[in-house]
Amino acid sequence: MDTTRREFLMVGSKLLIMTAATASALEHVIAGTPEAVTTYNMADHWWAMLIDVDKCIGGGQCVRACKTENDVVDEPMYFRTWVERYHINMADPDHPIVDSPDGGINGFSEKYADGDGKTFFVPKMCNHCVDSPCTQVCPVGATFRTNDGVVLIDKEYCVGCRYCIQACPYGCRYLDPRSHTADKCTLCYHRLTKGLIPACCEVCPTGARQIADLKNPADPIHEYLRTHKIQVLKPQMATGAKVYYNGLDGAVR
Amino acid sequence: MPGVDGFMYPNEVELQWSVLIVLYPFITGLVAGAFILASLERVFNVQAVKPTYRLALLTALAFLLVAPLPLQLHLGHPERSFEMMLTPHTTSAMAMFGFVYLWYLMVVLVLEIWLEYRRELVLACRRSTGLMRVVYWILTLGSDNISPAALRIDDRVGHIITIVGIPSAFLLHGYVGFIFGSIKANPWWSTPMMPIVFLFSAIVSGIALVLLMYLVTSWMRRVHVDMLCVDTVARYLFYAFLVDFALEMIDLIHRIYEADESFRALDFMVKTRLFTSQIVLQIVLGTLVPLALLASTQLARLSERARVRLYLMAATLTLVGIFAMRWNVVIGGQLFSKSFLGYTTYKMSFATREGLLPAILLMLLPFGILAALVKLLPPWGDVPRAPVVHGR
Repeated sequence: MDTTRREFLMVGSKLLIMTAATASALEHVIAGTPEAVTTYNMADHWWAMLIDVDKCIGGGQCVRACKTENDVVDEPMYFRTWVERYHINMADPDHPIVDSPDGGINGFSEKYADGDGKTFFVPKMCNHCVDSPCTQVCPVGATFRTNDGVVLIDKEYCVGCRYCIQACPYGCRYLDPRSHTADKCTLCYHRLTKGLIPACCEVCPTGARQIADLKNPADPIHEYLRTHKIQVLKPQMATGAKVYYNGLDGAVR
Repeated sequence: MPGVDGFMYPNEVELQWSVLIVLYPFITGLVAGAFILASLERVFNVQAVKPTYRLALLTALAFLLVAPLPLQLHLGHPERSFEMMLTPHTTSAMAMFGFVYLWYLMVVLVLEIWLEYRRELVLACRRSTGLMRVVYWILTLGSDNISPAALRIDDRVGHIITIVGIPSAFLLHGYVGFIFGSIKANPWWSTPMMPIVFLFSAIVSGIALVLLMYLVTSWMRRVHVDMLCVDTVARYLFYAFLVDFALEMIDLIHRIYEADESFRALDFMVKTRLFTSQIVLQIVLGTLVPLALLASTQLARLSERARVRLYLMAATLTLVGIFAMRWNVVIGGQLFSKSFLGYTTYKMSFATREGLLPAILLMLLPFGILAALVKLLPPWGDVPRAPVVHGR
């Protein structure tokens, strides 16, 4: 591909500006005041996640990337995201057999023969609910929903009572044994505010996980939602979950 | 994974709320129940229970002082707990605890005890010398007017405070039930019955505790028990227990009949992991047996000695049963997965921050505080020390 000098200068200067802007944005994000980032306007975004169950191959890259990117405790009971394998025997469809060895971090070994019912993978994570029960119950308001639709935790303020962990219907929260505060998926907020996508989406080899900005008219999510049958987990909980699943089986809890 | 049957969401394997959180509703329940028993005498003028009035108030205070300790010990950052008072999150049930607690402690219980004892505090201050004089003077808050007119005002204000105190005691424990009952994510907890069941079980446990304390302290002081008093208290225990049991059965029958999506998982849990604590300890030993013992004292003509023994057994078993009920709510509510596909195990440690040892110490502490309170503010004033006239 030929690049003219003009194009090169345009792209180059944009990159230079972005690097500086990114550095300044990072400074604010680290300081805990992402709203002060000049290059990122909260009011312009409304974040959600799209998960295509049929595309997930259960490789566990997302789990590994999440643990690394977010410094999640490396033990099998602390996950910001994990992958479950559902197996449904057609003779007994009401009782799915589910496993998630080490949260699926190392993928799954073969267990079910072809033709023996149906087997599929379901990545799980915080649903960044609009009416989140976890933020409702926090006694000090240390966990909250940002104006761009992400549920976060202020670790400097969390008292570690674990009420939010009890209140989450999806099992997405845990108490970080190092900080003694609640912890969960942030949708890689530190990356979003720099114009990057969450680590799990970045590494997914099949594109089963897609970050979506519902306020961005150019985001392909709108077309996707229009043309696909979408479901959220436990809709009866009325939490306003924003992780949208395509191809979600009714047996998934 | 060890201790896990079936499938749990990975973050669910470890229990979040330990035995210390079992103590919290148990202790606050004792407080609310003891206070409600005390207010029977004051508001409803049940003279027969008068010998337990002051003891009930002091018992309530001793346990109320301990109530926040298990919570503090459990918090990941106890040093930040005061933020709940400074910046309470208005949609959080838990954020209200500090306010409900302080209201109940300072406005109701301490004030009522102070008014009840003010005359004796003034007299004790005049009587004693040295350090004790200073202690009693501080306790009188410098108010040494014990003229009949002043005492009449004390009595009247005390009456009003008790009237305010009854809904406050209901609030205190109904509120504790709401903390669990309002969690829609957890079907074992989520029921509007929870505050009501908590409240009645609180009344039951408080009455049982005061009955037990009264019998034990009478025995320790080598005085005859006032049989009219214990018969009356035991009768109230029986009635309150019947209501409590009926409420719990309504909840149970409703769950079984409705059999919603969680039913199969919860039913399995009750029949396996919770069998000992729910069926054996809570329902059979902790409810049916004490109810039968109390019923027998109502139905048969038994000697005083036999009645006292039955009351002792019934009150002790009641406390075991109510403790088991708190255990089954708090621990039971965390043993099953919110996916309804599996179960985990609660592994209680011993000498750790949230282990069995601190739990035992926290349960003993209120008795130590009560002993000190009884020494400072003797509750026996109205109890005859000589053998009592039975059936006054």
